[in-house]
Amino acid sequence: MLGIGRNSKRDPSLPLRLRLGLELDSFFPRFEVSCVVESYRGEASAFLSKYGITEGDQLLLALKNGKELRGTLMPSYSNDESILVIKLENGYNVGISYKYVESVKVIERRGKGVGERTTVLATGGEVKIISTGGTIVSKIEYETGAVRPALSTEEILQFVPEAKEFGTVSAEILFSILSEEMKPTYWEKIAEAVKKAFDEGVRGVVVAHGTDTMAYTAAALSFSLRTLQGPVVLVGSQRSSDRPSSDSAINLLSSILLAKQGEFGEVVVNMHGETSDTYTLAHRGVKVRKMHTSRRDAFQSINSRPLARVWWRERKLEMIEDEVRQRGASTVLETGFDDRVFLLKYWPGLRPEVVEQIVSSGVRGIIIEGTGLGHTSKEFAPYLRKAVKEGVFVGMTSQCLFGAVNMNVYTTGRTLMEAGVTPLLDMLPEVALVKLMWVLKRASDLEEVRKLMINNLVGEINVRHTVEMYPRWDSGR
Amino acid sequence: MDDDVVVHGLGLKVGLEVHQQLNTKYKLFCSCPTKLEGGAGPRLERYLRPSISELGEVDAAALFEWQRGTKFTYVAPPDSSCLVEADEEPPHALNREALEVGLAVSIALGASIVDEVYVMRKIVIDGSNTTGFQRTALISLGGKVSDEDGDVGILSITIEEDAARRLDEEGSFSLDRLGVPLIEISTAPDIKTPEQAERVAKKIGQLLRLTGKAKRGLGTIRQDLNVSIKGGTKVEVKGVQQLELIPKVVRNEALRQRALLEIREELKRRGVSEIDIINASQPVDLSQVLGGSANKLISSQLSQGGVVIGVRLPMFAGILGREVNPGRRLGTEMADYVKAFAGLGGLFHSDELPKYGITKEEVEKVRDALKLMDADGFVLLVGPRNKALRAAEVIRARAVQCLQGVPKETRGANEDGTTRFLRPQPGSARMYPETDVPPIRITEVELQEAKGLVPADPSMKLKWMLSLGLSEELARTMLDSVRLDLFEELTRKYHPKVPATLIASTIENTVKYIKSKGGELSKITDDVIEEVLKAVYEERVPKDSVPEVLMAVAIEGTPISDAIARYLTISDEQVAQVVKAAVEQADLSDPRRAFNVAMGRAMQALRGRVDGKKVAEAVRREIEERTRKN
Repeated sequence: MLGIGRNSKRDPSLPLRLRLGLELDSFFPRFEVSCVVESYRGEASAFLSKYGITEGDQLLLALKNGKELRGTLMPSYSNDESILVIKLENGYNVGISYKYVESVKVIERRGKGVGERTTVLATGGEVKIISTGGTIVSKIEYETGAVRPALSTEEILQFVPEAKEFGTVSAEILFSILSEEMKPTYWEKIAEAVKKAFDEGVRGVVVAHGTDTMAYTAAALSFSLRTLQGPVVLVGSQRSSDRPSSDSAINLLSSILLAKQGEFGEVVVNMHGETSDTYTLAHRGVKVRKMHTSRRDAFQSINSRPLARVWWRERKLEMIEDEVRQRGASTVLETGFDDRVFLLKYWPGLRPEVVEQIVSSGVRGIIIEGTGLGHTSKEFAPYLRKAVKEGVFVGMTSQCLFGAVNMNVYTTGRTLMEAGVTPLLDMLPEVALVKLMWVLKRASDLEEVRKLMINNLVGEINVRHTVEMYPRWDSGR
Repeated sequence: MDDDVVVHGLGLKVGLEVHQQLNTKYKLFCSCPTKLEGGAGPRLERYLRPSISELGEVDAAALFEWQRGTKFTYVAPPDSSCLVEADEEPPHALNREALEVGLAVSIALGASIVDEVYVMRKIVIDGSNTTGFQRTALISLGGKVSDEDGDVGILSITIEEDAARRLDEEGSFSLDRLGVPLIEISTAPDIKTPEQAERVAKKIGQLLRLTGKAKRGLGTIRQDLNVSIKGGTKVEVKGVQQLELIPKVVRNEALRQRALLEIREELKRRGVSEIDIINASQPVDLSQVLGGSANKLISSQLSQGGVVIGVRLPMFAGILGREVNPGRRLGTEMADYVKAFAGLGGLFHSDELPKYGITKEEVEKVRDALKLMDADGFVLLVGPRNKALRAAEVIRARAVQCLQGVPKETRGANEDGTTRFLRPQPGSARMYPETDVPPIRITEVELQEAKGLVPADPSMKLKWMLSLGLSEELARTMLDSVRLDLFEELTRKYHPKVPATLIASTIENTVKYIKSKGGELSKITDDVIEEVLKAVYEERVPKDSVPEVLMAVAIEGTPISDAIARYLTISDEQVAQVVKAAVEQADLSDPRRAFNVAMGRAMQALRGRVDGKKVAEAVRREIEERTRKN
């Protein structure tokens, strides 16, 4: 694992005289990496310990072809156990098999890593940033060569010094996990941290989150935080913060602005509005979905308009939706999720017996992602009827995502309803699932579950779809 | 004194970086074609920020670019770019075809190939890469290029992605070129003369063409030069596109470094120290002093609320005006810095004043206000207060650098062979691993595949061309030609029916001739050349007509098929008829004169459509026949 900390040493390669007038160096504290992980395995590891070499040491390798190679030993992320990764003086990494190394001389041992993290200001300020992990705070992982969360929120603030102009900020690292490792118990912790921040007097909260499951967390927070004193802004990035083209800085800056200035008490997801770095869009937490694996503007409002647009250069907040929940007098938290649920995607040929297996595994509710207006094959009807009879909630959403289910149009829909399936209007399948988890914790019987599920609690249901609420090929680029 | 004599003895050292675009089927990290003429497309607007590297440092060059805070605009043509170039999708695996070329060239140069190739991110935030970095991978180390003035070592061979194509100076780019594979060959600073630099660049270029995978055309090969002299600094000069310009750029840079070292010595002789400069050069507001100046820049800036800032440079009299490059003074170098770091248009300095509407009296007033001694110089900065003050700091810093000699910087080559400041030189801090692309183990399999692409030895190629009947001179020209691959292809298809000599002289001599006549060479594409030679092969056009056909295409803009139609071979009967008519009109009393007259007339009608020899033969026969009759 990489420990990253500040170091007061100046980079000697920077032209000192040029810096004289630029006063930029204060923006860019130097970071030094200390490598704690033993990334070498097998043969190469044995070879290195024979010479007493560790990562970061400067080496002179004498190769078997008579040539010499000078460089620093880097952590390995090769699949080949014989490879040593050497950073040459020209900055390139190359892989050299230890088998071609005649002998090694250590020129200089790695300096002591200044690895400790400085503690951050944990309270106070107008906006609180709660960090949970994800690409917005990620660094390279040398074990696998992949990107993983590592930077502290404080370090992000050092990257975006402009944040100071947007408002005073405090920060807290709640946990540092990848988006796909998120669990309902973590949703509860985040919700508690949000309440605590509002109780301490902040105007808004920013939650840094991995993008893959950000929409689930947004829904969970939406249902948990019954009233809010200000905006809760979930933010992530689609390009990791270790690259110059990262969207993290813009997303983060706009989120701070939104959290401070937004006159609403709702949970939103704030991400790039288009592929250009022009503005971000704040989507209602229960009406948003990640619709692209990699684009900056992957998040889109489904079956509703975004709440607001933030122009980060102009530092301007523009409301799009008038009907928002106002900032409340206090923040009321009702958290807790029952994870005995199942999201079932129907597909042609799916056998209805699967319902029996799901029910027998102990689930208390199933959300079906049906076809079109809300269908499965009619063979499912008896199985679903049996499940409902056994007290399992069965709700219907559509795999179309856009549009609402309507089970009155075709016979199959009516048959399914008759079997006890509850149509969930235009709720997104994932939102319905999270809502069900939350509802199951509070309703005492199936009837109450059903009632809460079709009740519009926090804007998750929109019964009025206007013509423009649908992206099309000709709707711009 | 002759420049070459001066350069000789300065301890000149030059290293080359040759970048050649590869003509692979796909780009380096995606499945887009490598064609470069992408048209219109959606526009993107982006900003770039520096990020910390693997070793935890912020790179000086990166910092510099970010400080300018530029908005970049990209055009993303759908037929030559995709989400990878738009930085909206992770890169795909490294293109194996490009890797093979890199391995083949490494083998040809005797380089040591690494066991595992790692793709790195080299921070470049001037906007030319949407990601803010260039993906690059080192394939091999070592090797050499043989040269009569001593072998030149190879430092490294890398495969990297080309940058986006700049559309203007305001930060607009097209994504069509981004991601096209490049091979970069860096030599050690073993080159000792300006001419050797050109020769070695040529040899490397030829070697790359001999792989048959090099793209050609303007901008497909670019040379960077690392130049230093004894006591100077390794300065990087970017973007020399023409080989012929290399010696001039090297010479100018060597002389620039010598001039800067002389300035250092002169300042030392005058006894000025770093502290003196820092203390004396506090910026002074001269807006009042120059309030009524006739200088247009000063009056317009002052009326817009701007200021004039003066900076005293102790003991700099006569130094600011010193020429460091033809037509470029130390003052010009400082102006470059002010433009780059402070965004100010330029400056005025004491060695060029009074001029530009600034009077002698005003200069005196400035000297008084800045409390100048006779041996001191000054700089005036005109513009908005914050920019002018920042510029003053830049001037102070650059003045202190004069005591140290040659600043370490990256410069750009101008078309006249001089250079200009671009940015501070990047350090190795700008490199960190591209973790989205897994490393590639180089095994026997990869090496075997690469062997098929190893370029032939130029001397073998020469021998082969001589055996085809080319003269030594033509063969050597062809060997240096960027269209060597076209020659090989056409020879394979049409020789010996169309002699290799005709193919070679068409590709080289005829094209040069057309250029000298002002023809538009862009119209003479490979396809056009093949079309006309194919017509010769099919006996539709006589081989003498090839230049005329191509002239018609290049000068009149005639489509190639029409041009060929104009010169179609005509039948023997038609030739006989024309000849007969021509001879009939000639006075046969002087057979010699009659031949010339008749020949001239006949060729007027037949030029380009039938072999001249054939016409001459027919004319001679006709005259003989008629004289006999008489």
